[in-house]
Amino acid sequence: MSLPVKTSSLSNALVWILGSSVLYAGAVWMVQDRYYQLLFTLAPIWALVGVAWNIFSGYSGLMSFGHAAFFGVGAYSVALLMTFFGISPWFGLVFAGFAGAFSGVLIGWPTFRLRGHYFALAMLAFPLALLYVFEWLGFQEVTLPMMRENPIAYMQFTDQRIYVLIALALLVAALLVNLKLARSRFGLSLLAIKQNEAAAMACGINPVPWKFAAIAISGAFTAMAGGLYAVVLLIVTPPTVFGMLSSAQALIVTLFGGIGTIAGPVLGAFVLIPLGEILHAELGHKFPGIQGVVFGAAIILVVLRAPEGIWPWLQSFKQKPISQEPAPLALDVRSFVRTHVTTEQAPRQIMSVKDVTVRYGGLYALRDVSFDVYQGEILGIIGPNGAGKTTLFNTLNGFVTPLTGQWSMNDQTLSGCQPFEVCRAGVGRTFQVVRTFSRMTVLDNVIIATFFAQANDQLSREMATLAVERVGLGPRLNSLASSLTTVELRLMELARALAPQPEILLLDEILAGLGTNETEHVLKVIEAIRQSGVTVVIIEHTMHAMVRLTDRMLVLNHGVVCAEGDPQMVTSNPLVIEAYLGKRWSARAQT
Amino acid sequence: MNAFMNQLGALQLPDAWVLLENILQSVYTGTIVGCIYGLMCVGLALIFSVMRVINFAQGESLMLGMYAAFFCFTQLGLNALFGVYIGPFISALLSGAFVFVLGICIYELLLRHITGMRVAKSEGEGHYPQLTLTLGLSLMLSNGALLLFGSTPQTMRTPLSSTAWEIGPLGESGLMLFLNQGRTVAALVAVAVAVGVSLFISRSRVGTMMRAAADNPLAATFVGIHVGKSHRLAFALGSAITAIAGGLIATYYPFQPYIGVEFIIIMYTGVMLGGMGSVSGAFLGGLTIGLVQQVSTLVLPNQLQNAAIFVVFLVILLVRPQGLFGRSVERV
Repeated sequence: MSLPVKTSSLSNALVWILGSSVLYAGAVWMVQDRYYQLLFTLAPIWALVGVAWNIFSGYSGLMSFGHAAFFGVGAYSVALLMTFFGISPWFGLVFAGFAGAFSGVLIGWPTFRLRGHYFALAMLAFPLALLYVFEWLGFQEVTLPMMRENPIAYMQFTDQRIYVLIALALLVAALLVNLKLARSRFGLSLLAIKQNEAAAMACGINPVPWKFAAIAISGAFTAMAGGLYAVVLLIVTPPTVFGMLSSAQALIVTLFGGIGTIAGPVLGAFVLIPLGEILHAELGHKFPGIQGVVFGAAIILVVLRAPEGIWPWLQSFKQKPISQEPAPLALDVRSFVRTHVTTEQAPRQIMSVKDVTVRYGGLYALRDVSFDVYQGEILGIIGPNGAGKTTLFNTLNGFVTPLTGQWSMNDQTLSGCQPFEVCRAGVGRTFQVVRTFSRMTVLDNVIIATFFAQANDQLSREMATLAVERVGLGPRLNSLASSLTTVELRLMELARALAPQPEILLLDEILAGLGTNETEHVLKVIEAIRQSGVTVVIIEHTMHAMVRLTDRMLVLNHGVVCAEGDPQMVTSNPLVIEAYLGKRWSARAQT
Repeated sequence: MNAFMNQLGALQLPDAWVLLENILQSVYTGTIVGCIYGLMCVGLALIFSVMRVINFAQGESLMLGMYAAFFCFTQLGLNALFGVYIGPFISALLSGAFVFVLGICIYELLLRHITGMRVAKSEGEGHYPQLTLTLGLSLMLSNGALLLFGSTPQTMRTPLSSTAWEIGPLGESGLMLFLNQGRTVAALVAVAVAVGVSLFISRSRVGTMMRAAADNPLAATFVGIHVGKSHRLAFALGSAITAIAGGLIATYYPFQPYIGVEFIIIMYTGVMLGGMGSVSGAFLGGLTIGLVQQVSTLVLPNQLQNAAIFVVFLVILLVRPQGLFGRSVERV
């Protein structure tokens, strides 16, 4: 997994990329055989396709089986421009880049609504439909016209080694873009979307523009690779550029080398393409198909030995420092005592919820729920299982569309907003089941939530660090989220909600599954957050903790608000006792 | 429909009959081809629904089915034993048995390592290694077949393939339909096999276990179902069903080692139309593809036949992501 690289390793990566390209170019310059020259041109072209594919699929997690569409669009752009308008491939390649980006947006527009396997397979349809369309248009075989009198202007060098240099230059450009993207909020946001789209949206990330940007960049580079392919081979046919094999090639070199890594696709292409071609050249006449068999066997072997790809597999050999068992987190375990005194002055209303009704089939999850939240308070929402508490949060948050109801914050209407818009309006949220980006560090998890609030990457980092320290998770700043304990995960999610400085926090059963000491720590953190001026709405089962923590309580039962008021009053309300313990207890409490 | 009748009325009478004849003929051919496509899709849907693996090598199961049927027919003497009328269909069924065994071997040797419980928790639920492996398998099988069988197209043409039942001429209209005998019998065999498979999955004990393993592998394990065995059976059976469809196609369509690519897209389109994971839906999906492919020839040039499939595919996918015949959307 390529997490954003630290600055020190960036110059390292640059040296690696430039150094190995110079070495490659030097080595290829020695090659006299024209066939091998062609072969060494094709390797970087397919590496380019792999890198481009990876920029989209590796980061977004949306598998594309249809990159042949971009490859073909690029190849035909160059070929047709030159054949019909005499336009040089130098310009054609640039045009191909734009055409690729444009087709990316065009293809993404309907297809991004689909998920998982559906998306992957829908992508298959585009190149194959284009294949038949181009055949029908009469472009079964487009040959680039020879321009002997002006080879340089028309990219028709007699010395094939020049093509190697052009291909390498494009590949290096793609790698640099990839490197830049991986380190930016682009890479981080896409990785977050890939790992948990709901959580990313709750962090204020709008997934759609990121996906479009990724497919446009990816489409542009793939199309340029296709354009160069046309220039090198001088002939374009629909099956060679739009065929399944073009799409498969992109997948194979990337999955073989290592998906989601920068070096993976390059490594994959430089091993597999020459291997296949050389086998074909040397043994193809005696054993037709031998290259496919060996190629296939090689891929299968790699998958069984190193399912993540060769590059991550090679990296795993590097001596890793034996990681120390992390010291237990210093939790503040003194029992929580409420210090806050409710002021007598009239409280300002910060959020108002009116008549929210949610229905699942014939069941009302919420029915005409209305309440207000006041600035600076801690409002507890309690109720038995299935009372509709989480549904209420999901509705306020934009994940659930209600039948009726309006809600607003500071007179800004939030009903009908997308989750990321609600977040951007200043509503933070934690989930009942913690939603993490488990393959990222704690810091990265929190940084993602600050992107919409802070345009500067460095300041983003500082905001996130501050939030992590505020909840007492400082020592875990650089730990992987997947290595955290339950309380640490809860705190991390709290930090994530807190980082963009929301006005109101919605905490969904943040104490669930915590031990006594841990509960005391979290209670104090919540109280401190309130002291800093953030309003808190909290769902919780632990009545004991709620009575100590909250200023007011709201009781939901069967989707209806059945009591509202200060904790003492609510807990002695017979309706509440009945909802929690049944009629018998309610009667006993009366006496 | 009314507009259509008006259009018929507006035409010269003979023209109208010709049009009707063409429509009926293409609907008939579409249905027949569609039934065989349907069976092919059932195999893929079975594998997908139980294992949640996108199997790129499914086209090669089809191709191997074709060659297996071909060799059963010509080399094993089924030709001589059952004659040219029944022989090809028995060969097609036998090819299923052959590919079933091969499927078990492939599962045990390869797929076992990258599917099931062990990958459920890994990144992308283990899809990346699965895709790589089935792509590799597809390459190996198709090129291995090229090595063994050569690139010359083969056929299992029988007297049936070139004879047709004639209907008509009907009264004064002169309307005539030709029902190709070979394809019609092949379609009937396909329907019979598909019904059998569907009954097996919905009624039998093993089928129920398979459905449980598909629905929730973890829960299935907790009630004592061997998920690995279910996967193995699903893979072998799914490959075998597609192979039988291949054997049936081989009776009327020339084939070579790379033919899998031609059909894998049709298979996936059918399975998606049927709502991924629904076996009966997949059959209807395949049937739809057959109809679209044949009927589109009435209005579109021949080369765009397959483009029409993809357009229909995309439209349906965008309007109803759960597929034409699917019930539930993929869990998010």
